[in-house]
Amino acid sequence: MSTETETGVEDGNTLFSDIDLSWEHRKNELFRWLLIAASLFGVVMLALLLFDVVTDFYTGLTEFNISLYEFFTQDGSQEETRAGFKGAVIASIMLMIMTAVLAFFVGVGSAIYLEEYAPDSRITRLIEANLANLAGVPSIVYGLLALAAVVNGIGIGPILIAGAVALGLLVMPIIIVSTQEALRAVPDSVRNGSYATGATKWQTIRRVVLPAAIPGIMTGTILALARAIGETAPLIMVGALFVNRTPSGPTDRFSAMPTQIYNWAAQPSEHFIHLAAVGIVVLLSFLFVMNGVAIYIRHRYETEV
Amino acid sequence: MGTETPTQTGAEITGGGAAAGDNAANRRARRILFGCAAITVLTTLAIFFVLLDNAASYFFGAKFTEMTRGASFEQTVTFTEFFTGQRWAPDHARPAHGILPIVFGTLAITVGAAFVAIPIGTATAIYLSEYASPGIRSKLKPMLEILAGIPTIVYGYFAIAFINPVLLSGLAAYVLNPLGNGLLQVGSALPGTMGDSLTSIATSMIGINVGRYSLLSGILVVGIMTIPMVSSISEDAMSAVPDDLRNGAYALGATKFNVSTRIVLPASISGVFASYILAVSRAIGETMAVTLAAGFNANITTNPFDEIMTMTAYMVSMARGTSAVGTVEYQSLFAVGLVLFVMTLVMNLLNDAFKRRFQEEYQ
Repeated sequence: MSTETETGVEDGNTLFSDIDLSWEHRKNELFRWLLIAASLFGVVMLALLLFDVVTDFYTGLTEFNISLYEFFTQDGSQEETRAGFKGAVIASIMLMIMTAVLAFFVGVGSAIYLEEYAPDSRITRLIEANLANLAGVPSIVYGLLALAAVVNGIGIGPILIAGAVALGLLVMPIIIVSTQEALRAVPDSVRNGSYATGATKWQTIRRVVLPAAIPGIMTGTILALARAIGETAPLIMVGALFVNRTPSGPTDRFSAMPTQIYNWAAQPSEHFIHLAAVGIVVLLSFLFVMNGVAIYIRHRYETEV
Repeated sequence: MGTETPTQTGAEITGGGAAAGDNAANRRARRILFGCAAITVLTTLAIFFVLLDNAASYFFGAKFTEMTRGASFEQTVTFTEFFTGQRWAPDHARPAHGILPIVFGTLAITVGAAFVAIPIGTATAIYLSEYASPGIRSKLKPMLEILAGIPTIVYGYFAIAFINPVLLSGLAAYVLNPLGNGLLQVGSALPGTMGDSLTSIATSMIGINVGRYSLLSGILVVGIMTIPMVSSISEDAMSAVPDDLRNGAYALGATKFNVSTRIVLPASISGVFASYILAVSRAIGETMAVTLAAGFNANITTNPFDEIMTMTAYMVSMARGTSAVGTVEYQSLFAVGLVLFVMTLVMNLLNDAFKRRFQEEYQ
């Protein structure tokens, strides 16, 4: 291999010996190193970020004497030494379940309509274009929508359901797009086989297409929920701040993990900053597990589709 | 039911017997599923309606829905003041309704972040698409995905716990301030206007003092978080460029550098632009990171070490208080939200146009 290219270069040199290409090659090498440096920038920043969080987590446990046991068994508090994360963790889990219920069926239903039923019409194109736009709407705007329409419009107040509505609408486009991809991955021959047995479109979707696409749909949904659990701005808009106790049910006021972290991080006290770092480690662990499950499902069922 | 006559009917062709029930179920399913899809359109309409209706109460003292029911209204905030005023303090005892300072804050962060994310993201995309070996690709791409998946609140924490107090404060204390001191001596030694201008630059460098929040910290953190958007979408666009084009150039003796910059980049430029616009749109709407990085002081400044306030940070600061329905603080949320929504909408439509152009070219 290398000898071939070398002789090639030699041939080139003898043929065009008056042309000096060394600058071209040096430029290429320089460019390559520039690109490597730029690519490493993101990696270095990621490493710095994780390093910063982990060291703050560690000093929080050692120097500020934050006990992990108390962190998980106590509610939030204005007093830094008594503040815990229990209420926030439980609120986040409840939020996630409600968000999943709200967004999953509508999201998957929309995707099935768009992939399987929708004619190539104006209305379909409008829905598709609107979907792309919805995915780009800032998350804080979903919070405003829930604030005006649900919290004050219906008048249910800043409760968990209102937060779930904001998050559900926010992740709906993500669920729809990933479900569409999962449906598209089911080969048409499978559908045609079902039609050939006399099945209707709906029977084909329910008994043949959906079972084949469900791993992809689950993966997409879990990733969407992982996005939802870290969202802060919509919950702040809805009014999930300054609540310290554990919510008793879906109609209770709440502060979730990210809003509690914001609450702590915005305080000038060093103790609160380190509480925020511990909270972030918990939040990132949740994300890590959810992504792990999503990747596991993807690999486990990849071969069957 | 339908299993008895599967082969001959094809349910949709014949209509009788059990197949009729199946067809009715099919039509019902279709209607319900269409309803689901319609909800997404309703969401957009609801966003528009809610923002407009509540913003109306900010400008006119009454919502549109209240006006139609006969509520009295008069314009309390003029559009001229709103769009050209240079002081933003709607909740102040002597209120000011000029949105410019917080629009400036948002644009300063967005433009600054673009200067970070666009060159680095594009370079990363070229590296991934043209230079990197499969082994390096398979390591680098997941790392960028992790960077993209980290919640914005964590970036905000990174800014307030590291970038500002450690990185930028260190830069000011150990680099810029000493450098200013050195320049001051050089400046005082130099005669004439050159010495004077050098002295003034040096004094401003000595005066740099990083507080709890800074514009530069916001720029850096938003820049970092938008790198993966630029790199992944640009890389997709570059990978879609047919190999024939590359091979043609290589056959002419082009280096990888030539191919990357003169063939691949121009051929994928509309897809690459789409990624830029998406990153800009994301930066405009970014909330938690800029709130914790850049702060709550609405002012128009050219000093990157000053505290500023973005539109989103204003919204967070208002929601933090106990702003009740009907107060000007509450109404201003929606006026600002409407401006924010329109800005991102324009970006999204632009992005759509670029994406479509790119798809026409290669797919």
